[in-house]
Amino acid sequence: MKPPPFEYQAPATIGEAVALLAADPGAKPIAGGQSLMPILNFRLAAPSLLVDLRRLPGLGDIAVGADGVQLGAKVRWRDIEADVRLATAHPLLQAAVAHVAHYQIRNRGTIGGSLAHADPAAELPGIAVTCEAEIAVVGAAGRRTIAAADFFTGPLATILRGDELITELRLPPWPQGRRWAFQEFARRQGDFALAGVALFYDEDAAGNARGAHVGVIGAGDRPQRLPAVEAALDGREIDEPTIQRAARAAAGAVDPPEDLHATSAYRRALVGTLVERALRAAAAGDSR
Amino acid sequence: MNIRFEVNGKPAEVAVEPRTNLADCLRYHLRLTGTHVGCEHGVCGACTVIVDGAAVRACLMLAAQAEGTSIVTVEGLSRDDGLTPLQAAFRKRHALQCGFCTPGMLTTAHALLSEEPDADEDRIRSVLSGNLCRCTGYIPIVEAVLEARAAYRQGGKP
Repeated sequence: MKPPPFEYQAPATIGEAVALLAADPGAKPIAGGQSLMPILNFRLAAPSLLVDLRRLPGLGDIAVGADGVQLGAKVRWRDIEADVRLATAHPLLQAAVAHVAHYQIRNRGTIGGSLAHADPAAELPGIAVTCEAEIAVVGAAGRRTIAAADFFTGPLATILRGDELITELRLPPWPQGRRWAFQEFARRQGDFALAGVALFYDEDAAGNARGAHVGVIGAGDRPQRLPAVEAALDGREIDEPTIQRAARAAAGAVDPPEDLHATSAYRRALVGTLVERALRAAAAGDSR
Repeated sequence: MNIRFEVNGKPAEVAVEPRTNLADCLRYHLRLTGTHVGCEHGVCGACTVIVDGAAVRACLMLAAQAEGTSIVTVEGLSRDDGLTPLQAAFRKRHALQCGFCTPGMLTTAHALLSEEPDADEDRIRSVLSGNLCRCTGYIPIVEAVLEARAAYRQGGKP
């Protein structure tokens, strides 16, 4: 369908954008629009005003340094795909983003939009939660930094206030030699995942896993980490018995939704299978 | 509101509602009806146009967001003296039947090969996965794009 009518502004500064959002409770920001436009076309939302972020300066850079990787809110999927530094600076991010949507959407969709949209099956929110990322935002009350674990509050819901804009996603440093994998299953390439798993761990001198982080998407009302699975990995060699134990723990730890595409039981089994595949790939150093 | 951009090398100025998407703007305001509208929610790829060199879904972009950009539609791919190598490859390989998806296939393939003239079959299939065709079964489309690569490798924009 066609979207319902709305007003449109394209302010030149972040300050003006925040002021426009603060002045109108029905206002919504739009950047790439790759999540918002379908919602408008379905008439699932009827904002009074769209505040286009296209003229805002900055926000489009990827910074790589000793303090990790910072992605400006207007970084597009294609920018992440094309950045050769990320192959070592954050291979998990690059591998996960390879699953996001289709070519044309990847040319416009932004990381800020994906975080703000907060689809429970979306890859980037899952990476943010799994990696303990921070999300920097600015609003009428000033700037604040929110832990990814606190940012997502439910399906398509975040802690963001109506006048707040995401400015940056900050991923902690990624040590060389870290073991990692990203696995998801979708019916067709580019579709939303029925479920997905992101995980990583470091190894101690004896070759046992340390600091395991395991996150799932598409298996709950928001991306989540699985502490039971992480506990089943920490201090252990990632061998077949450990992998099987972790896969069972993962399937037992999720309570996935049921919909047209898959039953809850199917998704639960899928999470177990994806954890199994991901751990095998991580242990073999064969994550790509 | 008044929007200015460039379409197929010519300046354009249109008066649109804020909610007018780029596909409708091209079709109804500029009469460039080569751009087709299928699903209107970013699934079928029929409305693909090239904005500042990148293939985008015109149903998922407001006309207002195109202010100051340079747009190429399927009309902009043709030449007065006949078919381009990409179009000729589509004809030779029978890469279209009803033709509804064809403008999106052509613009997507043109953007891809302009950026990646050495794209292999896997890459071509991956990129075209964002465009639905209900007639051909895709095999001739992939063959046509593979065949057209040679023209893009020889430099410039065929």
